[in-house]
Order: sequence, then C-alpha cells, then structure tokens
Amino acid sequence: MFSDTIAAISTALGEAGIGIIRISGNEAINIADQVFRGKGKKQLTELPGFTVRYGKIVDSEGTTIDEALALVMRAPNSYTGEDVVEFQCHGGVVVMQKILDLLLSLGARLAEPGEFTKRAFLNGRMDLSQAEAVIDIIRSKTDRSLGVAVQQLEGSLSRRIQSLREKLYDLIVQVEVAIDFPEDDIPEIGLETMKTVLLDVLAEITKLIETADNGKVLREGIKTVITGKPNVGKSSLLNRLLDENRALVTDIPGTTRDIIEEVLNINGIPLRLIDTAGIRDSEDRVEQLGVQRALELVDEADLILHVLDISRELESEDIQLLTKLKERKRILIINKVDLPRQWDSRSYLLSSGYIDEQVPVVEISLTEDKLDPLLDCIVGLIMGGLVQIERENAIITRSRHKHALAEAKQDLEQALETLDQGLPIDLISIGLNGALEHLGEITGETVRENIIERIFAQFCIGK
Amino acid sequence: MGKDYAVIVVGGGHAGCEAALAAARLGCKTLMITMNLDTIAQLSCNPAIGGPAAKSHLVREIDALGGEMGKVIDQTYLNIRMLNLSRGPAVHALRAQADKVKYRAVMTMTLESQPNLTVRQGMVSKLLYEDGAICGVQLNTGTKITGETVVLATGTFLRGVVVIGDVRYPGGRQGEPSADDLSQSLVDAGLRLARFQTATPPRVHADSVDYGKLTCQPGSKKPLRFSFDTPLVVREQIPCWYTRTTPDTIRVIQKNIELSPIQSGTVQGKGPRYCPSIDRKVMRFPDKVDHQIFLEPEGEYTKELYCLGLTTSMPEHIQAKILQTIPGLENAQIMRSGYAVEYDYILPDQTYPTLESKVIKGLFTAGQINGTSGYEEAAAQGLIAGINAAHKVLGRPPLILSRSQAYIGVLIDDLVTKGTDEPYRMMTSRAEYRLILRQDNADLRLRELGYKIGLIDEQRYQKLKAKRAAIQNTLKWLRETPVSPTKEVRDYLIQLGSGDLKKAVTLHEILQRPELKFGDLEFFAPLPELDPEVIEQVEIECKFKGYIERQLKQIEEFNKMEDISIPDDIDYFQIKGLRSEAKERLTAIRPTSVGQAARISGVSPADINVLLVILKGENHVSA
Repeated sequence: MFSDTIAAISTALGEAGIGIIRISGNEAINIADQVFRGKGKKQLTELPGFTVRYGKIVDSEGTTIDEALALVMRAPNSYTGEDVVEFQCHGGVVVMQKILDLLLSLGARLAEPGEFTKRAFLNGRMDLSQAEAVIDIIRSKTDRSLGVAVQQLEGSLSRRIQSLREKLYDLIVQVEVAIDFPEDDIPEIGLETMKTVLLDVLAEITKLIETADNGKVLREGIKTVITGKPNVGKSSLLNRLLDENRALVTDIPGTTRDIIEEVLNINGIPLRLIDTAGIRDSEDRVEQLGVQRALELVDEADLILHVLDISRELESEDIQLLTKLKERKRILIINKVDLPRQWDSRSYLLSSGYIDEQVPVVEISLTEDKLDPLLDCIVGLIMGGLVQIERENAIITRSRHKHALAEAKQDLEQALETLDQGLPIDLISIGLNGALEHLGEITGETVRENIIERIFAQFCIGK
Repeated sequence: MGKDYAVIVVGGGHAGCEAALAAARLGCKTLMITMNLDTIAQLSCNPAIGGPAAKSHLVREIDALGGEMGKVIDQTYLNIRMLNLSRGPAVHALRAQADKVKYRAVMTMTLESQPNLTVRQGMVSKLLYEDGAICGVQLNTGTKITGETVVLATGTFLRGVVVIGDVRYPGGRQGEPSADDLSQSLVDAGLRLARFQTATPPRVHADSVDYGKLTCQPGSKKPLRFSFDTPLVVREQIPCWYTRTTPDTIRVIQKNIELSPIQSGTVQGKGPRYCPSIDRKVMRFPDKVDHQIFLEPEGEYTKELYCLGLTTSMPEHIQAKILQTIPGLENAQIMRSGYAVEYDYILPDQTYPTLESKVIKGLFTAGQINGTSGYEEAAAQGLIAGINAAHKVLGRPPLILSRSQAYIGVLIDDLVTKGTDEPYRMMTSRAEYRLILRQDNADLRLRELGYKIGLIDEQRYQKLKAKRAAIQNTLKWLRETPVSPTKEVRDYLIQLGSGDLKKAVTLHEILQRPELKFGDLEFFAPLPELDPEVIEQVEIECKFKGYIERQLKQIEEFNKMEDISIPDDIDYFQIKGLRSEAKERLTAIRPTSVGQAARISGVSPADINVLLVILKGENHVSA
C-alpha cells in the first residue's frame, strides 16, 4: 500500500543507553545496506529475516559514524509488515541525527509521528481492537509536535524561511500573471532579474543547510538550565529528571564543577538539560571558569529551572541570582519542603518583587516527592507557548526541516537549469513552485490560494 | 409510475445546453426548458470563447469528453488566435471571437435536432420533491412536469437584479425577467443561498467608431480549432481592434465615482476580481491611466461592438462621457449600456463532486448557480451534471474527474471542497499538474473516457487510438535510431545553431535540444509521414520528458489518497480521535475520498491519519 520508505529515530531523544533508528518500506534494506559495513561477508540485502549483524555505520566518504547492530526483518514478518531494518547504536543525539540524515539523503522519507504504528495497522499487523489505541498514539504524538510547531513559527528559522518564500512568491506571481493574463499588458519579468533572485535565494538556502550541519546547534531540544547556589539540590533534580545517577551528589558544596548536559524527554518534548556548576563567587580557578560558563549559559537558555532551599535562610548569593534571572523564563523550584521552613516560599518571593504572578513556583522535596507537578509545569509552559525558542534551528523536527530545505534547493537548481536552457517560463515555474511548497512544509503554509490572492493584490488585471 | 422525463434541464445557457445534450445522447428522455427559446446559448458578456487562464483547456476537455461547445465555436468564430506561445506548451491558450448570433443559432439547431431531447419555453417556478428526492418541476403557469432527475442551470436569473447607476430593477439579464419564485423554492427546500454580482461593458455601433485611431488585431493565419473533430482549415476572419484609456478617462471616473454602484453600495454581492469594472480598476490602481480597451465585433449580422475593458454599471450618461475620452470612441454611439447583475447562487458546499445536491437527491446544479463565472466553466459543469444525471437514471456509477486528470476536475473539486467567496474562474495556477493538463493533449487524456461513457463514437475512438499509436511508435523509433558524431552531423548541428556532438546518441537525444524541431531530423533519417498533431505530441513528450515524468510521479503519489473512498454513510461524530472542527467540516462537506478530505480547510494531517485507520477498520469488518 505504501511505496515510500520511511525512517526515524524510534527511541526518544535523550533516552540513555542505546538509540534505535528504524527504517521501513520497500527500499528499507537497500538503503540500510548503503550505510552499513558488517563484520561478516554478506550484505544486508542477502540476509534472511530476523538476522542481527554487528558492524559500523559509515557516511558516503566511508568515515565511521558509529558502531551498530543491524536487525533485518523481512515483510510481512516485522512490526510494520514491511521490510524493516533497525540500527541499534550508542544513542548520542548528534550521532543519531547524523545517521538519520544519511538515510534521508539516500531516499528514505522522515516518518510522520505515529507512522510506523499506522503502517503496522494498515498492513494488517494489528488487531482491529487496537485501532483506538493506534489513533491515540497518532493523536497524542501529532498534537504535541503541532504545539511545538506553532512555537517555531515565532522562531528565527521561520522568519528566515518566510523572507525566502516572499522572494519566491514575487517571482512566481510575476510568472503566473504572465501566464494567466497574457493580454493584460503587464511587463514581463526579465530572465536576468529572475536569475539574480534565484541565485540569491539558493545561496541563502545553502547557508541554512550548512547551519543545520554545524555542530554548535546540532544538539536539539529546549535549552534548559538548572541554576541555584551550591547544594540546593540541582544535581538531585537533574538525576531525578534523568532517573539515574549520572552526576555526583554529595553534601559538599562545589562538587559539580563541570557543566553536565543531558537530553531528556518529557512527554515527547526534548529538553536539553544543563546543570551548571554552582554559580557563586569562587577563588578556585577551575570552578571560576565553570561559573563564568554557567552565567553565559543562563543568557542562552530557553528555560531556567532555578532551585532554592527552603530549609536554609536565603543568602546574598540567592538574592543576586534571583535578581539576575528576573527577565528570564523560569520556574522556581522550592526544594527540601520536607525539612523545617526558614522562609515563606512563594509569598515571600512575590512580596520581595523577585517574581511576579506569572512565574510558576513548585514546592517539592527532591529526595521524597514525585516529580509530576514539576513536569506538568514544564510541559504547560512550553505547550502554552510561553517559552520562546530563539535560534536558527528547529527543535524536534530539525531533520524534517533540513530535508525540506534540501528539496527546495534541488528544485531551485532545476529552475535555474531550465532558465539557462532557455526553456519557457511555465517550465521554470515547476521548480519555483516546488521550492515554495517545500519551504512551506517548514512554516506549514499552503501555496496555491496565496498565489492567486497576490496576483489580484498586485496587478491591475482582468477586463 | 413512470415520470414524464428522465432528465429535466432548467436553463438554456452554456451549462444547460451541454447538460441536455449529454443526457439525451446517453439515451435518456430529456427536456430542456428555458425562459426564452431565442436566447439559447446567449453570450451575455464577452463574445469570445476560450482564452488564457485555462479557459481554452476547459473547451478542449469538454470536446474530448463528447461535449458541444468546441464544435459550435469552430463553426461560428469571427477570428481565432493562439496566445501564450512563448510561455510553454501547457499554457498555450486558444481564443476565438464568437459571432454571437450564429453561435446561438448553431447551438439551438443542434439541440432541436437532438433525438431524445425536447426543447420548450417556460418559466420554472418550483421544484417538486418527495422524501428528499426530486420528482419534477412546476411552471409559473401551474403545469407540473415530472422527472427522475433535474439539472438546474439558471445562470444569473435567480432573483436577478439589474443595476445601472442608482437604478435597480428585477432582471436576469438586461431586458429579460428574473426567476424569483424558483429561488424561494430552493430556500424552502433547505438550501442556503448567497449573492454574487457580475457586470458587463457598453456595446457601441461599429460605424460610430474612428478606426484610424485604433490598432488592428488580426486573427491567426495558421489553421486553428477547438474541437479535435473539426477539420484544420484557415477561414476568412474579421479582426478585433484596440485602444487605450487616457488621463481624461480616469478624471471622468474619479469625478463621478460617487455615482458608481460599487462605491455607493447600490450593487451588492461580491463581484469577480478578474473582471473588475473600470471604476474599480481606477479606484484600486489610480496611477495607471492607459488601460487597454479591446473592441470586439459581436457578429456578422450586427453592428454591435463589445468594449472589452470598460465593464461598468455607472449611470448611462457617465458611460457616454467615459467613451468620449477614449481615442477612436469620441463619437461612439452606445447601443446597449453596461450594467451589473446581482443574483443568487447555492453555496457549493451543499453539492457533491458529482454536482448532485446533498440536500435534494436527484437535483443537479451547473454553472453560475454553483458560484462560478464564465461560459467555459459553466459548460464544463453542465456536461458533468448532464452525464451524472443520466448515470443516476441509468444506474451507472457517477463520473468524478480527478485534479490530476482535467481542469474540469480541479474546477469542481475546488468548488465543492473549498467553496468560493467570489464568482469562481478557472486559472492554470489553480492546477497542481499544469504540465500534464495541457490543451493539446486533452483528447489523449479524456477521449477514451468519453468513449466509455458513450459520448464519443467508435470512429472517433479509433482515430484516437491511431494517434496514440503513432506517437508511441515515433518516440520508440527516435529512441532506437542512433546518431554518430561524424563530421557531417557535427557541421549540420552547428549550422542549425545547436551545440556540438561529442559522442554517439539517439535521435531522441538530438530532439531534446530546445532549439531543434522534429523537421530538423530529416537530415539523419527519412522521416515518417505524420499528422502535425502527432509531431506536436512527440516534440513535447521528448523535449519536456524530465518535467513530465516528475509530474507523473507526483500524480501517482497524489492518487493514492484519491483512490481511498469514504463510504457515504460514515458518521464523523462517532469517530473518536477527530477534532471537533474536523468532525464538523467533514460532516458538512462529506468528501468522497480521503484525498478530498485532506483538502478541506480545518482538517489536519492527523485527522486524515485517524480517518485512514477508521476506514481500514471498516474494511476489516466487511472482509
């Protein structure tokens, strides 16, 4: 029923241990085979179903990206009922994204949320009674990604894409008006002008694609920084969030010197969680570097989780930090509520002007309570659009965006070629429209009606 | 109890004519009823058929399916031209100036000669229906006529109001009465109606025009035709003329703008943006002073000249003043004034893609009553409505053309899926697969379908098969004929202004060079004797191969969703997982396929996924 091959990272971003990338469809094994160098002699394409091979994943230049296990399953005996290959790798976000990008460049399409499950169902791999469960999965996954997509609309990527689309719209509208209203004596668009704009847009798209490859922004997720003076429970928070002990937890102030970074998945929203070394005046040089870096991180953060200890009086450091964070999107976490309280929690912070009514405050004992109220608070802020994500790259759907940009680039290159060959403008319009549609996939806008609206807005046409 | 007719067509305009002919030709006992037998197939506005923005494509598609419009205009044009030649084969546009008197006469004669078809004069004032199904119509004289299906093609007549200046009077066209009772009957039946308006320019006497100040626009010297069945010949042609407005024109309009019904609000309902009146153009683009004005003869037996570009419903004395400011028209004598007409249409979300009403079974609608504008758009819908009314009577499956198959498909899908907030006109920019939906290949796209339906006869079908075979054989021959880079070959190519040849290729690759024509291949091998239309297809298929294949692939993807049909009795409110907006929109539109559902605004990709799962579930049940 489905002719295209889909791929996606099927383990949640940031989940520890292994990461799984799943490929499903007619070309799944072929595509996987092109990136996998197994230990044995046989190619993946020669393997029967339910076979596991150990090997390396390599890019087109033969450089190793990661070690991996490849699981080959053949239709109809797989989860989706199609040919499926699963790569189990070490699971770092950067590496996983690289592998996924590689698969997409070889012709796989990025799976939509819930699409593997959908295919499994539609290919008859699931019982009818499971239909509702499938719908729930599709529903919940897409709604969440839609929520984040709305936010991205406000982000800088969208603005840049939008300005490129405007340029393309200008060209297309001029082409379309010439085609549909040839008798309306509208000056024809010059091919040289068109070429200049095309080259300009092409260059910008290429630049955007390069930024996507740039390691600096490769790690995705909502950049979340945990702040607080030493020993208020920042590492406990991190560890609780990650549900495992990765950072040292002691009662000696200043043991968390390095900046620890993890990607965490809360209800499908990836948080890039950063635990700062305790921000405090320090004479220890190593620690000082850490502190300075931590302050920078606060400036770059999308969301700050600021931890306060209610069992100790607030010190000048606390006050300084609270003041520093005043303009930031933050959640105040009042820790150690199981111990005797030394100050008056939220009402004190409000009356002292450190927070306003909008800032959420969560009271918790990080050693005893469940995290749910905090998680709900985080999700609420993000879904409510209150956390703005300001950066060139998108969050969850980065691969999708990069893919769309690459497609747009290809379309524009074709349009240029068509133009250079001296072919008629209708044929140039195919590439132009294609590029506009692919860019529209990023911003989620339709194209066709807009063109017609613009024609009427800009030109005096019709008789 | 037998009904009087299988199909009753109400209205004798471009939609009504095609509907009546199609139904009768499919063997249904058909009645066409019109308020005035003398105005059948009237060209109420511009006396022209075809033109850019896919209008010529629509005429070609109608012809390919076995409709009449192309044949009638081929017999009655005053001049004919191919536009857009430099902009690519998919957007070539054939436009003919019609002799409106002859056009009417030829269409009337065709209808009156058609077996199974009764043509009669009368005004329908009421629909007759029982249990939500149509059973006939009642005339204003009280006569009841029963029918199994009814096609309404009433144009601008439903509660039509003619507007000139501050004068408003009931009328479906200038000088003709409106149909008010029928509108009320539709409302009573539960249909939601809305108002549109459209307008037309003044006509002037040909002898009152100073031709010395006009530019002549002759017809084509090449043989051209709309219908694939008309012999290719060059006929003697009558030219059109053009002139331009002046700063004085703009001043007159601006000075009197308060008298414009658009400005004063005397005319209501949204008008078409692609046919703006001259007053609206001046208001919106005050800096443009030299608007083109085409003067089009309306026929061999009339002196009327149509002033294309001067659409207006301003008072008559202002119309006269405007004409005086235009070179060549200073002394022009107005024979008919420009005017606007306001009318009811049925909001098209109440209509299925078959053009059958969702409210009354067996009731079909076509043309302006569906919110469109234009003769070609109307005729295309008339043809489909006529076929589907007949199919309903005959118990055959309905005909729904896809967006990837025909502009007619795009037109109807747009209407019933998205609705329209202005009189809808076809434009090539509305189609996703423009390069496939060319006017030159309408026969290759649709004639076989016309044959299967029964509107294309065996002889014409054999002709099509022969053409298709000739194209395929020639392309095969081109692909199999090698060309070596000998000195002679290289010299020849350079001499033609083409690039050098470095390695052995095939004739197919040679012809792919944009600057070369099929005839240029004579040098390499004796060319087969071919029809020019075959050569045209071979050149297009060869030169634009990559582009065509790309669109064909997109169509393949597109069709997957189109091919998943949705049962008519599905209850969206019972489907858990659809958002409420989606439930409401899907219930209102009742899409016939998942593809159509996906185009409804307010239905998200996630809703479509939910729908797919449910539909699959239903298949499980039935299996």
